[in-house]
Amino acid sequence: MSSIILSTATRFLLPLLLLLSVYLLFRGHNEPGGGFVGGLVAASAFSLYMIAFNVEKARRILRIDPRSLMGAGLFLASVSAWISLLQGRPFMTGIWVEKVFPVIGKVGTPFLFDVGVYLVVIGVSLTILFTMAEE
Amino acid sequence: MIYALLAGFAVGLLAPVAVRALRDRARWLITLLPLGLFTYFSHYVPRIQSGERIFFHYSWLPDLEIGLSLCLDGLSLLFALLITVVGAIVCAYSGEYLSGHRDLGRFYATLLAFMASMLGVVLSDNLIALFVFWELTSVTSYVLIGFDHEREAARSSALQALLVTGLGGLTLLAAFLLMKQVTGTFETSAMLQGASQLTASPLYPAIFFLILAGAATKSAQIPFHFWLPNAMEAPTPVSTYLHAATMVKAGVYLLARFSPILGGTELWQNWIIPLGAGTMVTGAWLALVQKDLKRILACTTVSALGICVLLIGMGTPTSLHACMLFLAAHGLYKGGLFLVAGIIDHETGTRDAEDLGRLGRAMPLTCAAAFLTALSSAGVYPFLGFIGKELLYESTLNASLPFLFTSSAVFTGMVFVTMGGIVAVRPFFRGDAQLPKIPHEPPPGMWLGPLVFGSLGLLLGLFPGILHSSLIVPAVHASLGQSVALEHPAWHGWDLKLLLSIGSLLAGGAVFWKWSIVRKFLAGWSIFRQVGPAALYDSSLTLLEVIARRQTRFFQSGRLNIYLLTVVLTAVAFLSWALSRDELSVSDLLLHRWRDVRLYEAIIAVVLLTSTVIAVKADSLLVAIVALGVVGYSVALVFLLFSAPDLAMTQFAIETLSVILLMLVLFRLPRLKNLSRRRNRLRDGIIALSAGAVTALLVLAVNASRGGGKIVTFYAENSLVLAKGRNVVNVILVDFRGFDTLGEITVLTVAAIGVYSLVKLRVPSGEEGDR
Amino acid sequence: MEVELAVAVGGLYAAGIYLVMRRSIIKLIIGLSLLGHAANLLIFTMGGLVRGQPPVMHPWETRLVGGFADPIPEALILTAIVIGFGVQAFAIVLIKHTYQATGTEDLKDLQSSDLTS
Repeated sequence: MSSIILSTATRFLLPLLLLLSVYLLFRGHNEPGGGFVGGLVAASAFSLYMIAFNVEKARRILRIDPRSLMGAGLFLASVSAWISLLQGRPFMTGIWVEKVFPVIGKVGTPFLFDVGVYLVVIGVSLTILFTMAEE
Repeated sequence: MIYALLAGFAVGLLAPVAVRALRDRARWLITLLPLGLFTYFSHYVPRIQSGERIFFHYSWLPDLEIGLSLCLDGLSLLFALLITVVGAIVCAYSGEYLSGHRDLGRFYATLLAFMASMLGVVLSDNLIALFVFWELTSVTSYVLIGFDHEREAARSSALQALLVTGLGGLTLLAAFLLMKQVTGTFETSAMLQGASQLTASPLYPAIFFLILAGAATKSAQIPFHFWLPNAMEAPTPVSTYLHAATMVKAGVYLLARFSPILGGTELWQNWIIPLGAGTMVTGAWLALVQKDLKRILACTTVSALGICVLLIGMGTPTSLHACMLFLAAHGLYKGGLFLVAGIIDHETGTRDAEDLGRLGRAMPLTCAAAFLTALSSAGVYPFLGFIGKELLYESTLNASLPFLFTSSAVFTGMVFVTMGGIVAVRPFFRGDAQLPKIPHEPPPGMWLGPLVFGSLGLLLGLFPGILHSSLIVPAVHASLGQSVALEHPAWHGWDLKLLLSIGSLLAGGAVFWKWSIVRKFLAGWSIFRQVGPAALYDSSLTLLEVIARRQTRFFQSGRLNIYLLTVVLTAVAFLSWALSRDELSVSDLLLHRWRDVRLYEAIIAVVLLTSTVIAVKADSLLVAIVALGVVGYSVALVFLLFSAPDLAMTQFAIETLSVILLMLVLFRLPRLKNLSRRRNRLRDGIIALSAGAVTALLVLAVNASRGGGKIVTFYAENSLVLAKGRNVVNVILVDFRGFDTLGEITVLTVAAIGVYSLVKLRVPSGEEGDR
Repeated sequence: MEVELAVAVGGLYAAGIYLVMRRSIIKLIIGLSLLGHAANLLIFTMGGLVRGQPPVMHPWETRLVGGFADPIPEALILTAIVIGFGVQAFAIVLIKHTYQATGTEDLKDLQSSDLTS
């Protein structure tokens, strides 16, 4: 069911949607958005690509196996939780860098955690969708 | 002190490593631990002797008043020294006994853990800590009895011991909680201050019987005595340590510990004295029938435990004196006898007393050690056992019903003489023998143990003063709750108890002479095996299994709709009951809000309900999926309209993914069909509608009676200040409740892995077979 | 709108419960999805409905003021939505494979394969 309109549109939509997902992730702490929504938007971008072309191509353009994304996300989230222990504070205490970065804004362990959530959500959604599409 | 207490667990963990690295030499290193602990506890002797009680407190769960508070007094010290000295000998001995066994490391680990738990039992002042250590001794004992876990008999004996003693542990916990209720404290030492409070309380009988059940199961009193002979499936060092010298005496310890708090009442004496006396005679009787060396010893141990309980029940200074001394003497000679039995078994390959003989020449040192312990067991002057027996007779002579108790005690004494002889004399000197193996003198690590036990029995008997003032007197004081002057045990000259002693010695000798005949005569009366408590235990286990199976059949029908029906009906019943109690009028529920609705909101609600109905009614799966999608988008719009932009975005994205997901599998699924009968559909429809109605009412009731929450205020105030975020929903997710989110993304990952493995990992079709 | 939404929640629950009690395994999937929506909407409506006041601070504020919507149910539901997706996917795959392995779409037939194994 390859349609030229869909596949052409998807080529342009994919980067835009990915940009949107990162934007949602970054602004999530202060405005509506965050790791869950951002991850889902990114996942739908790739699944759109999967529908427009096929699973093979979608996997290739993602480059990383979505299962590794789940692992990386979980790892990042738990690392962000352990960082406070190094400073002798309770598990999962939020720690912030004083300096404000351009674009990203304030950086701290909760943000790192949200990035972990973002990766897990992408990984989970795409693992499920790719697996079922391949069957 | 805490280090001394926990060292056993720590060293136990390292023991398997040590055994792997050093092989047989590891045992000397491991033996150092109990030896070191023995020295450590010995240096408290002068302070305890001067009447001091030493407290150590370590915080544990302060909010629940549970602390690791330890108290060292005369009673604890006596037990601690007994535990460590026997522990040291057993550690050295088992290195030889189990030399080269592949699980020697595991054995040491459990043995040391047991030692630490046992020390915990006798040192704990806090009742909850005592309970924890008490159960730990049961668990380690279970592992040790089942050490040869590949044998069925070992496993079932281990389970039996665990069930019986574990049951006692539970009654003990109940008793401790009741005691806390009455006195308001978990500390034994504090209960001592207001001792009459407990005996006067209406809960006293309950507490008493629960404690008694705990002590009786652990110390193998009738009718729970059957587990102890069965526990002889354990390796002999274990039997020596747990089932002769220490663990089974935990019940005796418990009664002695609580005797100043709970004792002295009529209830106490009326129950404990007959219990002890009955166990004493039963154990002795059973011992006469056995021919397996270890079982003989186990039965005499049951009998000895009965003696201790009897003496505590009497509760006079003399009887407690007798009890403490007998405890020490019994620990030494019974430990020695068990080790001798272990040597004989190890060297000849049999434990059958009918087959054994002619070992004296092959193993002279073992023979000497055996002789020493047997003499102490028989209560021959000047061994420690003699003093113990003298004091026992003195106590029974002064009791109520002196004739009954004294004659039972003399009978038991006689059996001890006989059985000491059967185990430790007869195998060495009897003329003929049928041995599976040619015996040799065992290595020093083995004969040294019984020799030390035997010599200690002789030495302490020759100089009874050593033990008397340093350990026995403080222990008696602790179990009496006050200090009294105790007569120094010494040569009394000719009197009634000496005559009794000589009488039991002669009678025991005579039975020993004709033992084979006596045993066969008594064995004819073995009806107790069919109707005794052991049979009751077996049938109750079978009954339990039958009930469990029936119950599972009943509740687990294996039909999803039955389960769901149960859940839904229960929920509906409880919810409607709760709602009916609220007494909210219809106007409360409806009037304020139902006009407050805008046109587009109403349209969304109508669309939502309509598409829900379509999803239920649809004949084609495609229609159902589309309807489901419309439901999802409507829900997302509701989120958007009512101030939840995060939710709306998430719902939109998920709904999209979920429609894609359903489309992917659409053509591989069966068609939608109506499988149920019309009657069932009607029934389920009514149930579902009533559940829906109750939920709707619930929503309205909650909305009608909601107050301001404190948690919301916290988040509203602190979101920016503490967590530097303006989007409170996101701040809750990644910061305030971040730990929950961590769990949730883990669950998500698990779900994805589940999907992946269900699809990708298939059993090769050949292995599946057709069922 | 609370009353209308309460009715919608009730309807969703009724439909979901009815569907999961059917014998067709496909209806089970649809029912589970509906129940997920029902639960989310239940929590949301119970948390109170507020129009146009999301729990997000304006840049000039340091704390939430005024009649903002309750952020706690929103945070709860947000993860529930995503987890619901994971569970739904798992259920679909499980049911599809059950169908392929046993060849039946009737839960009543599945019961017997459960007891004999």
